[in-house]
Amino acid sequence: MYVIPMLIVTTLIVFSLILIIPGDPALALLGDNATEEKLALLRSQLGLDQPILIQYWNWLTNAVQGDLGRSLFTGEIVSDAVFSRLGVTFQLVIASILFSFVFGMTFAIASVIKPNSWMDYLSRFVGTLGTAIPNFWLAMLLIVLFSVNLGWLPATGFISISESPTGFLQSIILPSICLGAFGAAQITRQLRSSLLEVLESDYIRTAYSKGLLLWPVIWKHALRNSLLPVITTTGLLFGNMLGATVVIETVFAIPGMGQLAVNSILQRDFPMLQGVVLVMVVLVLVINFVTDVLYSVLDPRIEFK
Amino acid sequence: MQFRLMLQRLFHEKLAFVSMIYLLLLVFLSLFASWIVPFDPNEQDLSKVMLPPDGTNWFGTDELGRDVFSRVLMGAQAAIQAGLVAILIPLVIGVPLGIISGYLGGIVDDIFMRIVDAILSFPAILLALGITGALGVSLWNAMIAIGIIFTPQFARLARGQTLQVRREPYVEAAKISGAGPLWIMMKHILPNILSPIIVQASFSFSLAILVEASLSFLGMGAQSPQVSWGGMLQQAYSMIFVNPLMMLFPGIAILISVLAGNFFGDGLRVAFDPKMKRT
Repeated sequence: MYVIPMLIVTTLIVFSLILIIPGDPALALLGDNATEEKLALLRSQLGLDQPILIQYWNWLTNAVQGDLGRSLFTGEIVSDAVFSRLGVTFQLVIASILFSFVFGMTFAIASVIKPNSWMDYLSRFVGTLGTAIPNFWLAMLLIVLFSVNLGWLPATGFISISESPTGFLQSIILPSICLGAFGAAQITRQLRSSLLEVLESDYIRTAYSKGLLLWPVIWKHALRNSLLPVITTTGLLFGNMLGATVVIETVFAIPGMGQLAVNSILQRDFPMLQGVVLVMVVLVLVINFVTDVLYSVLDPRIEFK
Repeated sequence: MQFRLMLQRLFHEKLAFVSMIYLLLLVFLSLFASWIVPFDPNEQDLSKVMLPPDGTNWFGTDELGRDVFSRVLMGAQAAIQAGLVAILIPLVIGVPLGIISGYLGGIVDDIFMRIVDAILSFPAILLALGITGALGVSLWNAMIAIGIIFTPQFARLARGQTLQVRREPYVEAAKISGAGPLWIMMKHILPNILSPIIVQASFSFSLAILVEASLSFLGMGAQSPQVSWGGMLQQAYSMIFVNPLMMLFPGIAILISVLAGNFFGDGLRVAFDPKMKRT
Protein backbone atom coordinates (compact mmCIF):
# COMPACT_ATOMS: atom_id res chain seq x y z
CA MET A 1 0.00 0.00 0.00
CA TYR A 2 1.27 3.41 -1.05
CA VAL A 3 -0.89 5.41 1.37
CA ILE A 4 0.67 4.02 4.56
CA PRO A 5 4.26 5.27 4.05
CA MET A 6 2.80 8.57 2.86
CA LEU A 7 0.82 8.87 6.07
CA ILE A 8 3.89 8.11 8.17
CA VAL A 9 6.02 10.74 6.45
CA THR A 10 3.31 13.40 6.38
CA THR A 11 2.45 12.93 10.05
CA LEU A 12 6.15 13.12 10.83
CA ILE A 13 6.33 16.47 9.03
CA VAL A 14 3.26 17.80 10.86
CA PHE A 15 4.69 16.66 14.15
CA SER A 16 8.10 18.15 13.50
CA LEU A 17 6.64 21.63 13.03
CA ILE A 18 6.96 21.96 16.79
CA LEU A 19 10.61 20.90 16.64
CA ILE A 20 11.66 23.78 14.41
CA ILE A 21 10.50 26.41 16.90
CA PRO A 22 13.82 28.06 17.76
CA GLY A 23 14.91 27.61 21.37
CA ASP A 24 12.63 26.19 24.02
CA PRO A 25 9.16 25.73 22.49
CA ALA A 26 7.49 26.04 25.90
CA LEU A 27 9.18 29.38 26.48
CA ALA A 28 8.36 30.52 22.93
CA LEU A 29 4.71 29.56 23.39
CA LEU A 30 4.17 31.03 26.85
CA GLY A 31 6.35 34.11 26.52
CA ASP A 32 9.09 35.49 28.76
CA ASN A 33 6.83 36.12 31.75
CA ALA A 34 6.00 32.45 32.26
CA THR A 35 6.78 30.95 35.65
CA GLU A 36 9.01 27.89 35.90
CA GLU A 37 6.05 25.76 37.06
CA LYS A 38 3.93 26.76 34.09
CA LEU A 39 6.82 25.98 31.76
CA ALA A 40 7.30 22.56 33.33
CA LEU A 41 3.56 21.89 33.09
CA LEU A 42 3.45 22.82 29.42
CA ARG A 43 6.55 20.75 28.69
CA SER A 44 4.99 17.65 30.17
CA GLN A 45 1.64 18.50 28.56
CA LEU A 46 3.32 18.64 25.15
CA GLY A 47 5.56 15.71 26.10
CA LEU A 48 8.63 17.83 25.41
CA ASP A 49 10.50 16.22 28.29
CA GLN A 50 10.65 12.90 26.44
CA PRO A 51 12.86 11.66 23.57
CA ILE A 52 11.68 12.85 20.14
CA LEU A 53 10.70 9.46 18.71
CA ILE A 54 8.63 8.69 21.82
CA GLN A 55 7.03 12.12 21.51
CA TYR A 56 6.13 11.35 17.90
CA TRP A 57 4.81 7.92 18.75
CA ASN A 58 2.62 9.25 21.57
CA TRP A 59 1.33 12.08 19.43
CA LEU A 60 0.59 9.69 16.55
CA THR A 61 -1.20 7.04 18.62
CA ASN A 62 -3.31 9.76 20.25
CA ALA A 63 -4.03 11.35 16.87
CA VAL A 64 -5.17 8.02 15.42
CA GLN A 65 -7.65 7.75 18.30
CA GLY A 66 -8.92 11.22 17.49
CA ASP A 67 -7.12 12.92 20.36
CA LEU A 68 -5.19 15.90 19.02
CA GLY A 69 -4.77 17.55 22.40
CA ARG A 70 -6.20 20.81 23.64
CA SER A 71 -5.83 24.37 22.47
CA LEU A 72 -3.13 26.21 24.43
CA PHE A 73 -5.15 29.36 24.09
CA THR A 74 -8.77 28.50 24.82
CA GLY A 75 -8.46 24.99 26.23
CA GLU A 76 -10.87 23.80 23.54
CA ILE A 77 -10.46 20.19 22.39
CA VAL A 78 -8.57 20.43 19.08
CA SER A 79 -10.42 17.66 17.25
CA ASP A 80 -13.78 19.24 18.15
CA ALA A 81 -12.66 22.66 16.95
CA VAL A 82 -11.27 21.29 13.69
CA PHE A 83 -14.21 19.07 12.86
CA SER A 84 -16.77 21.75 13.67
CA ARG A 85 -15.09 23.89 11.00
CA LEU A 86 -14.50 21.11 8.51
CA GLY A 87 -18.04 21.34 7.11
CA VAL A 88 -17.72 25.05 6.36
CA THR A 89 -14.43 24.66 4.52
CA PHE A 90 -15.75 21.64 2.68
CA GLN A 91 -18.81 23.53 1.38
CA LEU A 92 -16.53 26.36 0.25
CA VAL A 93 -14.06 24.10 -1.53
CA ILE A 94 -16.77 22.06 -3.27
CA ALA A 95 -18.45 25.27 -4.48
CA SER A 96 -15.07 26.53 -5.76
CA ILE A 97 -14.32 23.27 -7.56
CA LEU A 98 -17.74 23.45 -9.21
CA PHE A 99 -17.05 27.04 -10.25
CA SER A 100 -13.64 26.11 -11.68
CA PHE A 101 -15.04 23.17 -13.55
CA VAL A 102 -18.04 24.93 -15.09
CA PHE A 103 -16.11 28.04 -16.08
CA GLY A 104 -13.01 26.15 -17.16
CA MET A 105 -15.07 23.89 -19.44
CA THR A 106 -17.07 26.79 -20.87
CA PHE A 107 -14.00 28.86 -21.67
CA ALA A 108 -12.07 25.92 -23.09
CA ILE A 109 -14.89 24.85 -25.41
CA ALA A 110 -15.61 28.46 -26.42
CA SER A 111 -11.95 28.80 -27.26
CA VAL A 112 -11.62 25.74 -29.51
CA ILE A 113 -14.84 25.97 -31.50
CA LYS A 114 -13.61 29.09 -33.28
CA PRO A 115 -9.84 29.55 -33.08
CA ASN A 116 -8.64 33.17 -33.11
CA SER A 117 -12.14 34.54 -32.56
CA TRP A 118 -12.84 37.02 -29.73
CA MET A 119 -14.07 34.10 -27.62
CA ASP A 120 -10.75 32.36 -28.10
CA TYR A 121 -8.84 35.48 -27.10
CA LEU A 122 -11.08 36.03 -24.09
CA SER A 123 -10.54 32.45 -22.93
CA ARG A 124 -6.77 32.70 -23.33
CA PHE A 125 -6.81 36.04 -21.52
CA VAL A 126 -8.78 34.55 -18.61
CA GLY A 127 -6.52 31.50 -18.59
CA THR A 128 -3.44 33.70 -18.31
CA LEU A 129 -4.87 36.18 -15.84
CA GLY A 130 -6.43 33.59 -13.55
CA THR A 131 -3.11 31.96 -12.69
CA ALA A 132 -1.41 35.27 -11.92
CA ILE A 133 -3.98 37.33 -10.03
CA PRO A 134 -3.57 37.30 -6.23
CA ASN A 135 -6.79 35.72 -4.93
CA PHE A 136 -7.11 38.13 -2.01
CA TRP A 137 -6.79 41.10 -4.36
CA LEU A 138 -9.48 39.65 -6.62
CA ALA A 139 -11.58 39.25 -3.48
CA MET A 140 -11.13 42.91 -2.59
CA LEU A 141 -12.01 44.02 -6.13
CA LEU A 142 -15.17 41.92 -6.08
CA ILE A 143 -16.14 43.16 -2.61
CA VAL A 144 -15.82 46.77 -3.77
CA LEU A 145 -17.85 46.09 -6.90
CA PHE A 146 -20.59 43.76 -5.67
CA SER A 147 -20.87 44.64 -1.98
CA VAL A 148 -19.84 48.26 -1.63
CA ASN A 149 -21.02 49.75 -4.91
CA LEU A 150 -23.85 47.51 -6.08
CA GLY A 151 -24.87 46.11 -2.69
CA TRP A 152 -25.88 42.79 -4.24
CA LEU A 153 -23.86 40.39 -2.11
CA PRO A 154 -22.60 40.39 1.48
CA ALA A 155 -18.94 41.43 1.88
CA THR A 156 -18.19 38.96 4.66
CA GLY A 157 -19.73 36.12 6.63
CA PHE A 158 -20.95 32.64 5.88
CA ILE A 159 -24.35 30.94 6.04
CA SER A 160 -24.40 27.15 5.98
CA ILE A 161 -26.42 25.40 3.28
CA SER A 162 -28.42 23.55 5.94
CA GLU A 163 -29.40 26.85 7.55
CA SER A 164 -30.64 28.69 4.48
CA PRO A 165 -29.93 27.61 0.89
CA THR A 166 -30.43 31.12 -0.54
CA GLY A 167 -28.31 32.69 2.18
CA PHE A 168 -25.67 30.04 1.46
CA LEU A 169 -25.66 30.91 -2.24
CA GLN A 170 -25.33 34.61 -1.54
CA SER A 171 -22.50 34.16 0.94
CA ILE A 172 -20.61 31.60 -1.14
CA ILE A 173 -20.60 33.27 -4.59
CA LEU A 174 -17.73 35.74 -4.07
CA PRO A 175 -15.50 33.43 -1.99
CA SER A 176 -15.86 30.55 -4.43
CA ILE A 177 -15.07 32.79 -7.42
CA CYS A 178 -11.87 33.94 -5.69
CA LEU A 179 -10.88 30.48 -4.53
CA GLY A 180 -11.84 28.95 -7.88
CA ALA A 181 -10.29 31.54 -10.23
CA PHE A 182 -6.92 29.81 -10.29
CA GLY A 183 -8.58 26.45 -10.89
CA ALA A 184 -10.81 27.81 -13.64
CA ALA A 185 -7.73 29.17 -15.40
CA GLN A 186 -5.86 25.88 -14.98
CA ILE A 187 -8.76 23.84 -16.32
CA THR A 188 -9.24 26.25 -19.23
CA ARG A 189 -5.59 25.95 -20.25
CA GLN A 190 -5.42 22.20 -19.75
CA LEU A 191 -8.71 21.36 -21.45
CA ARG A 192 -8.07 23.80 -24.29
CA SER A 193 -4.75 22.23 -25.19
CA SER A 194 -6.00 18.65 -24.87
CA LEU A 195 -9.14 19.48 -26.90
CA LEU A 196 -6.99 21.05 -29.64
CA GLU A 197 -4.90 17.90 -29.71
CA VAL A 198 -7.87 15.54 -29.81
CA LEU A 199 -9.67 17.57 -32.50
CA GLU A 200 -6.72 16.90 -34.84
CA SER A 201 -7.07 13.13 -34.55
CA ASP A 202 -8.35 10.74 -37.17
CA TYR A 203 -11.51 9.62 -35.42
CA ILE A 204 -12.68 13.21 -35.15
CA ARG A 205 -12.17 13.66 -38.89
CA THR A 206 -14.15 10.45 -39.40
CA ALA A 207 -16.94 11.76 -37.21
CA TYR A 208 -17.10 14.96 -39.23
CA SER A 209 -16.95 13.13 -42.53
CA LYS A 210 -19.89 10.91 -41.65
CA GLY A 211 -21.89 14.13 -41.36
CA LEU A 212 -21.86 14.91 -37.65
CA LEU A 213 -22.09 18.56 -36.64
CA LEU A 214 -19.66 20.46 -34.47
CA TRP A 215 -21.50 20.12 -31.17
CA PRO A 216 -22.13 16.38 -31.23
CA VAL A 217 -18.50 15.87 -32.17
CA ILE A 218 -17.30 17.97 -29.25
CA TRP A 219 -19.74 16.51 -26.72
CA LYS A 220 -19.65 12.86 -27.68
CA HIS A 221 -16.21 12.39 -29.13
CA ALA A 222 -13.71 15.07 -28.21
CA LEU A 223 -14.70 15.97 -24.67
CA ARG A 224 -14.78 12.41 -23.40
CA ASN A 225 -11.17 11.87 -24.32
CA SER A 226 -9.99 15.31 -23.28
CA LEU A 227 -11.49 15.22 -19.81
CA LEU A 228 -9.12 12.60 -18.40
CA PRO A 229 -6.21 14.93 -17.69
CA VAL A 230 -8.70 17.44 -16.28
CA ILE A 231 -9.63 14.89 -13.59
CA THR A 232 -6.02 14.82 -12.41
CA THR A 233 -5.87 18.61 -12.45
CA THR A 234 -9.09 18.82 -10.43
CA GLY A 235 -7.70 16.39 -7.87
CA LEU A 236 -4.58 18.52 -7.49
CA LEU A 237 -6.68 21.67 -7.31
CA PHE A 238 -8.42 20.32 -4.25
CA GLY A 239 -5.25 20.46 -2.17
CA ASN A 240 -4.35 23.82 -3.63
CA MET A 241 -7.75 25.25 -2.71
CA LEU A 242 -7.65 23.80 0.80
CA GLY A 243 -4.42 25.70 1.32
CA ALA A 244 -5.77 28.89 -0.22
CA THR A 245 -8.69 28.87 2.24
CA VAL A 246 -6.28 30.40 4.78
CA VAL A 247 -6.34 33.57 2.72
CA ILE A 248 -9.89 33.54 1.37
CA GLU A 249 -11.52 32.63 4.70
CA THR A 250 -9.61 35.47 6.32
CA VAL A 251 -10.74 38.01 3.70
CA PHE A 252 -14.39 36.97 3.82
CA ALA A 253 -14.44 36.21 7.56
CA ILE A 254 -15.59 32.63 6.99
CA PRO A 255 -15.27 30.49 10.14
CA GLY A 256 -13.55 27.51 8.50
CA MET A 257 -10.31 25.59 8.91
CA GLY A 258 -8.22 28.16 7.02
CA GLN A 259 -9.22 30.90 9.41
CA LEU A 260 -8.55 28.55 12.32
CA ALA A 261 -5.04 27.91 10.96
CA VAL A 262 -4.28 31.64 10.68
CA ASN A 263 -5.62 32.37 14.16
CA SER A 264 -3.70 29.52 15.74
CA ILE A 265 -0.46 30.81 14.24
CA LEU A 266 -1.13 34.35 15.44
CA GLN A 267 -1.83 32.96 18.92
CA ARG A 268 1.06 30.47 18.70
CA ASP A 269 -1.45 27.73 19.46
CA PHE A 270 0.58 24.79 18.25
CA PRO A 271 -1.64 21.78 19.00
CA MET A 272 -4.43 23.54 17.12
CA LEU A 273 -2.19 24.33 14.14
CA GLN A 274 -0.94 20.74 14.02
CA GLY A 275 -4.53 19.53 14.15
CA VAL A 276 -5.62 21.69 11.21
CA VAL A 277 -2.57 20.83 9.10
CA LEU A 278 -2.96 17.13 9.86
CA VAL A 279 -6.65 17.00 8.94
CA MET A 280 -6.03 18.96 5.73
CA VAL A 281 -3.17 16.77 4.57
CA VAL A 282 -5.13 13.59 5.32
CA LEU A 283 -7.99 15.04 3.25
CA VAL A 284 -5.57 15.68 0.38
CA LEU A 285 -4.26 12.11 0.57
CA VAL A 286 -7.81 10.76 0.50
CA ILE A 287 -8.68 12.92 -2.52
CA ASN A 288 -5.51 11.83 -4.35
CA PHE A 289 -6.50 8.23 -3.72
CA VAL A 290 -10.03 8.81 -5.01
CA THR A 291 -8.64 10.57 -8.10
CA ASP A 292 -6.44 7.59 -8.87
CA VAL A 293 -9.34 5.17 -8.52
CA LEU A 294 -11.60 7.39 -10.62
CA TYR A 295 -8.96 7.61 -13.30
CA SER A 296 -8.69 3.86 -13.63
CA VAL A 297 -12.50 3.55 -13.78
CA LEU A 298 -12.76 6.18 -16.53
CA ASP A 299 -9.82 4.90 -18.52
CA PRO A 300 -9.76 1.09 -18.58
CA ARG A 301 -6.23 1.12 -20.01
CA ILE A 302 -4.89 2.36 -16.69
CA GLU A 303 -4.80 -0.24 -13.99
CA PHE A 304 -5.14 0.80 -10.38
CA LYS A 305 -2.33 -0.55 -8.26
CA MET B 1 27.69 29.93 -28.72
CA GLN B 2 24.62 28.28 -27.32
CA PHE B 3 23.91 31.14 -24.94
CA ARG B 4 23.86 33.73 -27.71
CA LEU B 5 21.59 31.59 -29.82
CA MET B 6 19.23 31.28 -26.88
CA LEU B 7 19.24 35.02 -26.30
CA GLN B 8 18.43 35.54 -29.98
CA ARG B 9 15.48 33.18 -29.75
CA LEU B 10 14.31 34.89 -26.59
CA PHE B 11 14.43 38.21 -28.41
CA HIS B 12 11.95 36.84 -30.94
CA GLU B 13 9.53 36.05 -28.14
CA LYS B 14 8.30 39.61 -27.80
CA LEU B 15 6.24 39.14 -24.66
CA ALA B 16 9.03 37.25 -22.92
CA PHE B 17 11.54 39.91 -23.86
CA VAL B 18 9.38 42.73 -22.53
CA SER B 19 8.87 40.67 -19.36
CA MET B 20 12.61 40.26 -18.99
CA ILE B 21 13.11 44.03 -19.24
CA TYR B 22 10.40 44.52 -16.63
CA LEU B 23 11.98 41.98 -14.28
CA LEU B 24 15.38 43.63 -14.68
CA LEU B 25 13.75 46.96 -13.84
CA LEU B 26 12.26 45.34 -10.75
CA VAL B 27 15.69 44.06 -9.69
CA PHE B 28 17.10 47.56 -10.26
CA LEU B 29 14.31 49.01 -8.11
CA SER B 30 14.92 46.48 -5.37
CA LEU B 31 18.52 47.68 -5.14
CA PHE B 32 18.14 51.41 -5.63
CA ALA B 33 14.51 52.28 -4.85
CA SER B 34 15.43 54.11 -1.66
CA TRP B 35 17.41 56.66 -3.74
CA ILE B 36 14.81 57.00 -6.48
CA VAL B 37 11.56 57.37 -4.57
CA PRO B 38 10.15 60.92 -4.60
CA PHE B 39 9.10 60.67 -0.93
CA ASP B 40 10.27 58.69 2.09
CA PRO B 41 7.91 55.69 1.88
CA ASN B 42 7.41 55.65 5.65
CA GLU B 43 7.06 59.38 6.18
CA GLN B 44 3.60 60.18 7.53
CA ASP B 45 1.80 63.42 6.75
CA LEU B 46 -1.56 63.53 8.48
CA SER B 47 -2.48 66.75 6.68
CA LYS B 48 -2.87 64.83 3.41
CA VAL B 49 -4.40 61.43 4.06
CA MET B 50 -6.06 59.28 1.41
CA LEU B 51 -5.62 61.75 -1.42
CA PRO B 52 -6.53 60.62 -4.92
CA PRO B 53 -3.68 60.46 -7.49
CA ASP B 54 -2.41 63.88 -8.58
CA GLY B 55 0.75 65.59 -9.89
CA THR B 56 2.74 65.27 -6.66
CA ASN B 57 1.45 61.96 -5.33
CA TRP B 58 1.12 59.97 -8.55
CA PHE B 59 -0.69 57.04 -6.93
CA GLY B 60 -2.33 59.10 -4.15
CA THR B 61 -1.65 58.73 -0.44
CA ASP B 62 -2.67 56.14 2.15
CA GLU B 63 -4.52 56.51 5.46
CA LEU B 64 -1.39 57.89 7.17
CA GLY B 65 -0.58 60.31 4.38
CA ARG B 66 2.30 58.24 2.98
CA ASP B 67 3.02 58.42 -0.73
CA VAL B 68 1.64 55.26 -2.39
CA PHE B 69 3.87 55.59 -5.48
CA SER B 70 7.02 55.57 -3.32
CA ARG B 71 5.68 52.63 -1.34
CA VAL B 72 4.91 50.62 -4.47
CA LEU B 73 8.47 51.21 -5.73
CA MET B 74 9.92 50.20 -2.36
CA GLY B 75 7.73 47.11 -2.30
CA ALA B 76 9.78 45.69 -5.18
CA GLN B 77 12.49 44.93 -2.65
CA ALA B 78 10.45 42.43 -0.62
CA ALA B 79 9.08 40.86 -3.80
CA ILE B 80 12.49 40.40 -5.46
CA GLN B 81 14.07 39.16 -2.23
CA ALA B 82 11.30 36.63 -1.75
CA GLY B 83 11.54 35.48 -5.36
CA LEU B 84 15.33 35.06 -5.24
CA VAL B 85 15.60 33.34 -1.86
CA ALA B 86 12.67 31.10 -2.72
CA ILE B 87 14.42 29.79 -5.84
CA LEU B 88 17.91 29.77 -4.39
CA ILE B 89 17.02 27.28 -1.63
CA PRO B 90 15.57 24.65 -3.98
CA LEU B 91 18.42 25.19 -6.47
CA VAL B 92 21.05 24.61 -3.81
CA ILE B 93 19.27 21.82 -1.91
CA GLY B 94 16.61 20.30 -4.14
CA VAL B 95 18.52 20.00 -7.41
CA PRO B 96 21.61 18.21 -5.98
CA LEU B 97 19.41 15.83 -3.97
CA GLY B 98 17.33 15.11 -7.07
CA ILE B 99 20.41 14.39 -9.18
CA ILE B 100 21.91 12.11 -6.53
CA SER B 101 18.62 10.29 -6.09
CA GLY B 102 18.14 9.78 -9.81
CA TYR B 103 21.76 8.80 -10.45
CA LEU B 104 22.09 6.32 -7.60
CA GLY B 105 18.60 4.85 -7.90
CA GLY B 106 17.62 1.89 -5.75
CA ILE B 107 16.55 2.26 -2.16
CA VAL B 108 17.95 5.79 -1.76
CA ASP B 109 15.77 6.89 -4.64
CA ASP B 110 12.71 5.08 -3.25
CA ILE B 111 12.94 6.63 0.21
CA PHE B 112 13.77 9.99 -1.21
CA MET B 113 10.84 10.09 -3.59
CA ARG B 114 8.39 9.03 -0.84
CA ILE B 115 9.53 12.03 1.19
CA VAL B 116 9.17 14.32 -1.82
CA ASP B 117 5.67 12.98 -2.52
CA ALA B 118 4.74 13.48 1.10
CA ILE B 119 5.85 17.12 1.17
CA LEU B 120 4.11 17.76 -2.15
CA SER B 121 0.83 16.47 -0.74
CA PHE B 122 0.73 19.37 1.71
CA PRO B 123 -1.25 22.39 0.58
CA ALA B 124 1.70 24.69 -0.18
CA ILE B 125 0.51 27.89 1.48
CA LEU B 126 -0.55 25.98 4.59
CA LEU B 127 2.88 24.41 4.98
CA ALA B 128 4.59 27.75 4.38
CA LEU B 129 2.33 29.25 7.02
CA GLY B 130 3.10 26.44 9.47
CA ILE B 131 6.86 26.79 8.97
CA THR B 132 6.70 30.59 9.29
CA GLY B 133 4.57 30.21 12.39
CA ALA B 134 7.09 27.85 13.95
CA LEU B 135 10.20 29.84 12.99
CA GLY B 136 8.63 33.14 14.03
CA VAL B 137 6.93 35.74 11.90
CA SER B 138 9.27 37.73 9.65
CA LEU B 139 9.90 38.29 5.95
CA TRP B 140 13.13 36.30 6.13
CA ASN B 141 11.40 33.27 7.69
CA ALA B 142 8.56 33.53 5.18
CA MET B 143 11.11 33.42 2.35
CA ILE B 144 12.81 30.39 3.87
CA ALA B 145 9.43 28.69 4.23
CA ILE B 146 8.57 29.38 0.59
CA GLY B 147 11.98 28.05 -0.44
CA ILE B 148 11.38 24.86 1.54
CA ILE B 149 7.98 24.21 -0.01
CA PHE B 150 9.46 24.66 -3.52
CA THR B 151 12.37 22.29 -2.90
CA PRO B 152 10.55 18.98 -3.59
CA GLN B 153 9.38 20.16 -7.03
CA PHE B 154 12.94 20.93 -8.07
CA ALA B 155 14.21 17.68 -6.61
CA ARG B 156 11.60 15.72 -8.54
CA LEU B 157 12.33 17.59 -11.76
CA ALA B 158 16.11 17.13 -11.41
CA ARG B 159 15.62 13.43 -10.67
CA GLY B 160 13.38 12.88 -13.68
CA GLN B 161 15.83 14.64 -15.97
CA THR B 162 18.75 12.71 -14.50
CA LEU B 163 16.98 9.42 -15.17
CA GLN B 164 16.71 10.47 -18.81
CA VAL B 165 20.34 11.39 -19.35
CA ARG B 166 22.17 8.92 -17.13
CA ARG B 167 22.07 6.18 -19.78
CA GLU B 168 23.27 8.52 -22.52
CA PRO B 169 26.45 7.43 -24.34
CA TYR B 170 28.49 10.40 -23.06
CA VAL B 171 27.74 9.44 -19.45
CA GLU B 172 28.65 5.81 -20.16
CA ALA B 173 31.83 7.01 -21.85
CA ALA B 174 32.78 9.12 -18.87
CA LYS B 175 32.15 6.17 -16.59
CA ILE B 176 34.33 3.85 -18.65
CA SER B 177 37.13 6.42 -18.76
CA GLY B 178 37.16 6.24 -14.99
CA ALA B 179 35.25 9.32 -13.86
CA GLY B 180 33.81 9.14 -10.34
CA PRO B 181 30.09 9.57 -9.62
CA LEU B 182 30.56 13.09 -8.22
CA TRP B 183 32.47 14.22 -11.31
CA ILE B 184 29.86 12.71 -13.63
CA MET B 185 26.99 14.33 -11.77
CA MET B 186 28.68 17.73 -11.76
CA LYS B 187 30.27 17.82 -15.20
CA HIS B 188 28.04 15.64 -17.34
CA ILE B 189 24.59 15.44 -15.83
CA LEU B 190 24.03 18.90 -14.32
CA PRO B 191 24.84 20.92 -17.48
CA ASN B 192 22.53 18.73 -19.54
CA ILE B 193 19.50 19.00 -17.28
CA LEU B 194 19.85 22.71 -16.61
CA SER B 195 17.35 24.12 -19.13
CA PRO B 196 14.12 22.71 -17.65
CA ILE B 197 15.37 23.66 -14.19
CA ILE B 198 15.92 27.28 -15.23
CA VAL B 199 12.43 27.37 -16.77
CA GLN B 200 10.98 25.97 -13.55
CA ALA B 201 12.93 28.55 -11.55
CA SER B 202 11.32 31.32 -13.57
CA PHE B 203 7.81 30.05 -12.83
CA SER B 204 8.69 29.47 -9.17
CA PHE B 205 10.03 33.02 -8.97
CA SER B 206 6.65 34.47 -9.87
CA LEU B 207 4.82 32.00 -7.64
CA ALA B 208 7.08 33.06 -4.77
CA ILE B 209 6.08 36.69 -5.29
CA LEU B 210 2.46 35.58 -5.09
CA VAL B 211 2.97 33.49 -1.94
CA GLU B 212 5.04 36.21 -0.26
CA ALA B 213 2.25 38.70 -0.97
CA SER B 214 -0.29 36.29 0.52
CA LEU B 215 1.77 35.75 3.66
CA SER B 216 2.41 39.48 4.07
CA PHE B 217 -1.29 40.10 3.53
CA LEU B 218 -2.01 37.74 6.43
CA GLY B 219 0.57 39.63 8.50
CA MET B 220 3.07 36.75 8.40
CA GLY B 221 5.60 38.10 5.96
CA ALA B 222 7.22 41.51 5.81
CA GLN B 223 6.79 43.53 8.99
CA SER B 224 6.65 47.31 9.22
CA PRO B 225 8.71 49.44 8.48
CA GLN B 226 9.63 47.15 5.57
CA VAL B 227 7.21 47.90 2.75
CA SER B 228 5.64 45.02 0.84
CA TRP B 229 2.83 44.89 -1.67
CA GLY B 230 1.01 42.25 0.36
CA GLY B 231 1.33 44.36 3.49
CA MET B 232 0.02 47.40 1.63
CA LEU B 233 -3.00 45.37 0.56
CA GLN B 234 -3.59 44.33 4.16
CA GLN B 235 -3.88 48.02 5.07
CA ALA B 236 -5.98 48.72 2.01
CA TYR B 237 -8.31 45.91 3.06
CA SER B 238 -8.94 47.54 6.43
CA MET B 239 -9.79 50.76 4.55
CA ILE B 240 -11.89 49.05 1.88
CA PHE B 241 -15.14 50.78 2.82
CA VAL B 242 -13.45 54.16 3.27
CA ASN B 243 -11.04 54.37 0.36
CA PRO B 244 -11.22 51.48 -2.12
CA LEU B 245 -8.66 53.17 -4.39
CA MET B 246 -5.81 52.30 -2.01
CA MET B 247 -5.78 48.67 -3.09
CA LEU B 248 -5.44 49.37 -6.78
CA PHE B 249 -1.71 49.97 -7.31
CA PRO B 250 -0.09 47.37 -5.02
CA GLY B 251 -2.41 44.75 -6.54
CA ILE B 252 -1.50 45.76 -10.07
CA ALA B 253 2.19 45.63 -9.11
CA ILE B 254 1.81 42.02 -7.90
CA LEU B 255 -0.25 41.01 -10.93
CA ILE B 256 2.20 42.45 -13.48
CA SER B 257 5.23 40.98 -11.71
CA VAL B 258 3.69 37.51 -11.57
CA LEU B 259 2.61 37.73 -15.22
CA ALA B 260 6.11 38.86 -16.20
CA GLY B 261 7.65 35.85 -14.44
CA ASN B 262 5.23 33.51 -16.20
CA PHE B 263 5.74 35.04 -19.65
CA PHE B 264 9.50 34.98 -19.18
CA GLY B 265 9.28 31.31 -18.23
CA ASP B 266 7.16 30.55 -21.31
CA GLY B 267 9.67 32.41 -23.48
CA LEU B 268 12.63 30.57 -21.97
CA ARG B 269 10.94 27.27 -22.60
CA VAL B 270 10.56 28.09 -26.28
CA ALA B 271 14.08 29.53 -26.45
CA PHE B 272 15.57 26.37 -24.96
CA ASP B 273 13.50 24.08 -27.09
CA PRO B 274 12.35 25.57 -30.40
CA LYS B 275 10.39 22.41 -31.21
CA MET B 276 8.11 23.14 -28.27
CA LYS B 277 4.73 24.44 -29.21
CA ARG B 278 3.72 27.67 -27.59
CA THR B 279 0.95 27.26 -25.02
